Amino acid sequence: MQQETSIKLFLAEAGDLARFSARFFREAFRPPYEVAAFIRQCFVIGYRSLGLVSLTTFIMGLVLTMQLRPSMVAYGVASQIPAIVSIAVVREIGPVITALIFAGKIGSSIGAELGSMKVTEQIDAMEVSGTNPFRYLAVTRILAATLMLPVLVLLGDAIALYGAYLGVNIRGITSFNLFWSQVFDNLSFSDVLPAFIKSYFFGFAVGTVGCYKGYSSRKGTEGVGRSANSAVVVASVVIFIIDLLTVQIAEAIGIN
Amino acid sequence: MNIDISTGKDRAAAPPVLRIAHLYKSFGAHHVLVDFNLELQKGESVVVLGRSGSGKSVLIKCIIGLLKPDQGTIMVLGVRVQDAKGESLDQLRAKVGFLFQSNALYDSMTVRENLEFPLRRHWMRLSREQVNERVLEALNDVGLAHTIEMMPEELSGGMRKRIALARTLILKPELILYDEPTTGLDPITGKEIIRLMTDMQQKYNTTSLIISHDMNCVKIAGKRIVILIDGKCYADGSYETFCRSSDARVKQFFE
Ligand SMILES: Nc1ncnc2c1ncn2[C@@H]1O[C@H](COP(=O)(O)OP(=O)(O)OP(=O)(O)O)[C@@H](O)[C@H]1O
Ligand SMILES: [Mg+2]
Repeated sequence: MQQETSIKLFLAEAGDLARFSARFFREAFRPPYEVAAFIRQCFVIGYRSLGLVSLTTFIMGLVLTMQLRPSMVAYGVASQIPAIVSIAVVREIGPVITALIFAGKIGSSIGAELGSMKVTEQIDAMEVSGTNPFRYLAVTRILAATLMLPVLVLLGDAIALYGAYLGVNIRGITSFNLFWSQVFDNLSFSDVLPAFIKSYFFGFAVGTVGCYKGYSSRKGTEGVGRSANSAVVVASVVIFIIDLLTVQIAEAIGIN
Repeated sequence: MNIDISTGKDRAAAPPVLRIAHLYKSFGAHHVLVDFNLELQKGESVVVLGRSGSGKSVLIKCIIGLLKPDQGTIMVLGVRVQDAKGESLDQLRAKVGFLFQSNALYDSMTVRENLEFPLRRHWMRLSREQVNERVLEALNDVGLAHTIEMMPEELSGGMRKRIALARTLILKPELILYDEPTTGLDPITGKEIIRLMTDMQQKYNTTSLIISHDMNCVKIAGKRIVILIDGKCYADGSYETFCRSSDARVKQFFE
């Protein structure tokens, strides 16, 4: 009985989220375009997560290399460390970690910001001021998140690999040039492309879930906190689901 | 009887600024407005009195088109609100001011940006100087020109209300809808806000619909009072007549 209602709630929520994304596509590509607000959001969203993404991906690249080293040495393939690490980082860990950090930082702040604008009637005030608040607030944020996350992923990958380079050099010496030529010799088009494409979907998921949660925020400060919180949780789960789907699709169309 | 003193013309001949006829609005099984009727003539200032939860905010959100009524007609300045969409709805809204119960100041923007927002959004053709001039005029009207670069969070409740009022007045609306302009303020600040409202009413000759359950506000601002009970316009009259009323449901407001 209890289970039945929670399944119903889950399905209702998924339906609402789907309807919200559909509204995005209906509204996003029709004028008037909110160009100034969009550019501002790109700056805010991209810039605000820059430091955190750099720090976490750097540590991750470094630690990953140091953790891999003992077994690689035991198998006698220590020279293959850059190759292994670069594939792991570029294909999976870089995009997913960056997206999760992005969800924690940007998803929650979008959820809280729009949530408090909703409960204090600021969204209604925009509407009576001759503005379509969905375009002004939601469309700009979703587009900015979609476009900025892939950029952050590229940056995060580069920083993670730099961390890996330092990790390799803690025990043993590999020159900078040798490290990078090993990395690029090993990476192929099919490693980079699906990972790059899926990060657009990750960004879209974070932006959409954040805006959806903010828009459906309940009255009161508790409601705003809850929308910020569930924006992160739902966006993170959606990121993993998209991750699962892209690997299946890439496999099916033969670019895995 | 229905003669406008200033022009000598028969007021009833002019179309009403606001006409609400047989308005119904429910949320699920909860019937908030049931056959509500009201007419406002130009220059009139009417207070709608009702208990908390009686549907006052719902009523004015229907008037501005933020909520869709289930049934009935709302005519604002000759336009049927329910039928207006997109551009025509925006044009109508530019002529109608709305003071939100919670002020609804944009808290990521400074006072100046708050005031500029409706200006830039409704009339994109104003020059930088014209915008500045308007902003300063509106701030001077409410006596807060020195707060122009402040953020809303740095202001007190009464100042925030005045800024919200300035943002409402900046478009020089023909009809202003006030949602509980004095709630949450101390009586003295509340009276200041009411005085400001009546001053502006005279200065710009606007029509006002004031939602309130604050008797101070009702006494000063409302020459005509409408009592909202059970989703209907229960009674319509002046402060004096209501004070002498023997109806128990009217009396409870005026004791
Ligand atoms: N969006 C909504 N969904 C469901 N019910 C609503 C909604 N908005 C208002 N209501 C209900 O309508 C009724 C009237 O609400 P409204 O906000 O108009 O009251 P009010 O007269 O303005 O009260 P107050 O003086 O406290 O502001 C309330 O019972 C409220 O629960
Ligand atoms: Mg109300």
